[in-house]
Amino acid sequence: MTMEPLILPPVPGLSGIDVYEAHGGYGMLRKAVTMKPEEVTDEVKKSGLRGRGGACFPTGLKWTFMPKQTDKQKYLCVNGDESEPGTFKDRQIFELNPHLLIEGAVIAAYAMGVGTIYLYIRGEYKRWIAMVEKAVDEAYARGYCGENILGSGFSTSFTVHRGAGAYICGEESSLMNSIEGERGYPRVKPPFPAQFGLWGCPTTINNVETIANVPVILRLGWEAYSKIGHPKHPGPILVGVSGHVNSPGVFELPTGVLLTDIIYKLAGGVPGNKKIKAVIPGGSSTMILRGEALEGVTMDAEGLKAAGSSVGTAGLIVMDEDTDLVRVLTRIAGFYHHESCGQCTPCREGTGWMHKILKRFEIGEATRADLDLLLEVANNIEGNTICALGDAAAWPVQSMIKRFPEEFERRVKPGAAPGPPGGGALGATGGGRTAHSALASFPA
Amino acid sequence: MLSEQSLKKIEELKKRYPRPQPVVLAALWMWQEENGWISREGMVEVAGLLGIPEHHVYGVVSFYTMFNSTPVGRHKIEVCTNVSCMLRNSDRIVKHIQESLNVGVGETTPDGRFTLVEAECLGSCGTAPMMQVGDEYYENLDEAKVDAILSRLK
Repeated sequence: MTMEPLILPPVPGLSGIDVYEAHGGYGMLRKAVTMKPEEVTDEVKKSGLRGRGGACFPTGLKWTFMPKQTDKQKYLCVNGDESEPGTFKDRQIFELNPHLLIEGAVIAAYAMGVGTIYLYIRGEYKRWIAMVEKAVDEAYARGYCGENILGSGFSTSFTVHRGAGAYICGEESSLMNSIEGERGYPRVKPPFPAQFGLWGCPTTINNVETIANVPVILRLGWEAYSKIGHPKHPGPILVGVSGHVNSPGVFELPTGVLLTDIIYKLAGGVPGNKKIKAVIPGGSSTMILRGEALEGVTMDAEGLKAAGSSVGTAGLIVMDEDTDLVRVLTRIAGFYHHESCGQCTPCREGTGWMHKILKRFEIGEATRADLDLLLEVANNIEGNTICALGDAAAWPVQSMIKRFPEEFERRVKPGAAPGPPGGGALGATGGGRTAHSALASFPA
Repeated sequence: MLSEQSLKKIEELKKRYPRPQPVVLAALWMWQEENGWISREGMVEVAGLLGIPEHHVYGVVSFYTMFNSTPVGRHKIEVCTNVSCMLRNSDRIVKHIQESLNVGVGETTPDGRFTLVEAECLGSCGTAPMMQVGDEYYENLDEAKVDAILSRLK
């Protein structure tokens, strides 16, 4: 079930460059600069590494989107905005193994011919920004960043860019706008960042944990790496467990570990031996799962997709049998309302509507028609916005209503009018677009 | 006015980007750290230093939640109340601070010592409940711990 940690090995003082070097650190950068850049990309491609920021996109493939021949400057942005509720893994890398991240980023830059790296870290992480900046200074002093790295003729700069409090800046195009000193508004795609990114130049954005995997791939070789965990989503993964467990924390595991093993064997089970009512498997935007449906579900892209959710950022939130799920959903909806950037009407208005309707359920003032209205709003946000925040706001609402209808049913105001014709999720009159028909394509 | 040290740092940072505007967040951080909040004067100075329109700087300040566009207490207490913290009773922490400081969420104590706000997820889900005061994170909180922390902050 567990493995020898590759991303966060328990070596005292590893965040300092001397200890990091003594344990072979920067050896993979030395190796990489003797390879052809496309050989490095190929290694990452064949390893099967998929992005750890939530979308699971194949990393090596993403790198190949960068143009080889261009007269423009090329950029690499490393995404450490880490703001998805339930996610606290990148912070461990900043604190415990920042040089692995720096080494991975410089290797990635070499592979793509990038001359400038920006590491974007959320503004609240000031303490961790200081840790990473210290490591960056050390790396510069030893010639791992900057001009003519290790005498290879390759040069790249490395700059830490501090955010200032905006969940949306974890969205890649918003992150680029934030680096450019703009408000963090997502951009319409296409054009994609590899063609038109920072200042209109080719840009790749990778998550912190993704980049930290790069030196590991070179050290083990793509073949050995691809055999760790689930074959379609291989490698080590940092799983954050929070909520109702006895020992919350971040665990480095191979992909493919059973959720029940993570909860009961690693995170110490549920306080008071209570039953699990629900889990959110990969951060607040991933679809909620019923406690009874966890048997056999594994922590990887494929296992969670089959279970009707997604791996997201592997931020597992556990809720015991006494949890008020309407309250949980209301809080999540409030979050997305607060964090919507306001560019797209369905998201700007819809997230507020969802929050308002859910508050009615929370205080027991909702009618039966409110549930249909809630779903209709969610369905009209999903797929109708520039970026995925709209989807991220809609999915928890849709999945919670679908999988926990009883939680809403018991909150409907007794004797309340059924609402206008057309409402019907809770057995009101048919006709129009009912909640169930609206959910026809939604995984049970 | 920004300190000499900050002005020097801004000039250094400008070299890290192909144009000056990207330094706006860093420059605003410096202003806020020196003054506690970002006044109109601060926005005008930052705009001048970077050669960008004042309204652009205002737009940036108003977009990012960590920038204070009005004065706040000497210690800004931000209690995370998002799901992972909520499940571990962050509401009790908020209530306790409200009662012990006699201050509402979004308010500042009359002596200007504390401002209390609720925050979105601060990435401390495994050490919930938690709060951020100024730049510092305080984790695995209970009421007694909160009392001890607040009594140290003058």
